[in-house]
Amino acid sequence: MAEVIEQRRMAAPSVARPGRAGWGIAALVAPAYGWLTLAVFLPLGAMLFFSFLKAAPFGNRTLQYTLDNYFAFVRRPYLFDVAWTSIKLGLLTTAICAAIGLPAAVALARATHGRSRQVLFLLIVLPFWTNGLVRIFSWTMVLREGGVLDYLLHLVIPGAASASLLYSFPAIIIGLVHAYLPYMILTCYLSAVTIEDAHIEAARSLGARLPMIFWKVVLPLTAPGLISGAILIFVPVIGSFMEPRILGGRVGVTMGTVIEDQFVQAFNWPLGAALSFTMLAFVLLIFAASSRLLSGRVGAQ
Amino acid sequence: MIVLGRSYLLAVLAFLYLPIGVMVAMAFNASALYTLPIDPSLHWFAVLAENGPLLAATRNSLLIACATSAAATLLGTLAALALERRQFRGRSLLRILLLPPIAIPWLITGTAMLVFFFWTGIGRGIHAMIIGHVALALPYVVLVVGTGLKSLRADLEEAAMSLGSTPIHAFFAVTLPLLLPSVIAAALFAFAISLDQFVVSYFLSTPGVSTLPVEIYSSIRKGFTPEINAISTIFLGVSTVLVLIFAQLSHLGGKVDRR
Repeated sequence: MAEVIEQRRMAAPSVARPGRAGWGIAALVAPAYGWLTLAVFLPLGAMLFFSFLKAAPFGNRTLQYTLDNYFAFVRRPYLFDVAWTSIKLGLLTTAICAAIGLPAAVALARATHGRSRQVLFLLIVLPFWTNGLVRIFSWTMVLREGGVLDYLLHLVIPGAASASLLYSFPAIIIGLVHAYLPYMILTCYLSAVTIEDAHIEAARSLGARLPMIFWKVVLPLTAPGLISGAILIFVPVIGSFMEPRILGGRVGVTMGTVIEDQFVQAFNWPLGAALSFTMLAFVLLIFAASSRLLSGRVGAQ
Repeated sequence: MIVLGRSYLLAVLAFLYLPIGVMVAMAFNASALYTLPIDPSLHWFAVLAENGPLLAATRNSLLIACATSAAATLLGTLAALALERRQFRGRSLLRILLLPPIAIPWLITGTAMLVFFFWTGIGRGIHAMIIGHVALALPYVVLVVGTGLKSLRADLEEAAMSLGSTPIHAFFAVTLPLLLPSVIAAALFAFAISLDQFVVSYFLSTPGVSTLPVEIYSSIRKGFTPEINAISTIFLGVSTVLVLIFAQLSHLGGKVDRR
């Protein structure tokens, strides 16, 4: 099957331009796309196939097809709560990242220049390059009872009751916001640098106050950055499982952890596959909606 | 306004660096229960040197990252040359096909790889992780090298060819030396993606064969293992150096383009 798909890919360019040039292009792209086929496209196909099976086809089991796995939500209504938790995590994380990240991007674009801007930019990108898992682990040392936050609280208010945020919904949100905030700052920054002094001056000379300038000038001009940042954050967050597990403990049951369980604990691969594809369909819907939103904006301008 | 903006930026940076600072501080803190105030010690670095599984996982991580970087850079550069320099039907489709590895949540890609590799007998382990990591890094390599190619003028190559050199000779004599900063930047990027990758490695690891992030994950779930802070601190130092090299190289790429 792999060869068939690969051959078809190789054939496509050579149809367009028969002769040596076509083969040259095919030789350049075939290794990369052959690899992607083996590592991504065929696995996704295999998982789609598994999602219609009653049981994983290992050993000498005969194949039995079923649509049951896709009705898991009907059979197990608690999955609606789990899905809602995931969506809530996605929405809250995205909203908080936008609320913190947009002003930071505007400040970076308008209040810094030259060398100091380069350094600040690098400092915002740098946390990306530390292991995401380790950053989440560090939050457990900050948020736990007797942790850094608790210690600081007791320095300020000596007699305070000990505070622990660990294993709670807010803890998951804090960890996720920390993990994804740089995305929002970067995408908003790319839009924010396009704002010119003249735009702000014009608004100001027409009598607009700061909130009005933000609402009528800054927000519309940074909207493309906000939207792409929101997608870059929302999509991985609804698929997250390591952050909710480590920071949420028992509270952290999300679609991600349920799917992980199907593959690692329960070994119900067909159900896990169906849940994964349901999530994938949701993600694709979001991409479709957002690309329409983005192209609509571009068309309007 | 400017002062307000800058202090706000500093506050955001403080938030971003809080856990990283805590990690480094705890690496040098003798307390096994992460208690404050800090009792300075190198104890955990010594304990780390004794932790066989963690060190084996680190070796695996480095091995996989090197293999991923080499394979992804080679394949990605070839593909970028075709996508950036040639006109052919299906080019936009090939561009779109680069998106799934980036855009689909790793949980889905990772479990799909597990299903397929297990089913077909490719199995799990280091080779499976390399297959997966290369696929995740490839699109980024194509992107980085493609951007570098865009800023290189194609007529240099054409000039070499009109002076009688073969396309392959023109590539090695003209294009590749000018493109080298982008290629190295892409290789570093691929290395970093692989080293940081947790989700896909997690599903493709076996009890005996894991990577550093996977080993860290299982240690966290087991309980207190302060060695994690020690090894993460070492890695933080290494990746900071890599980022600085990367930034310098992309800067160099920019210079070439202005010339």
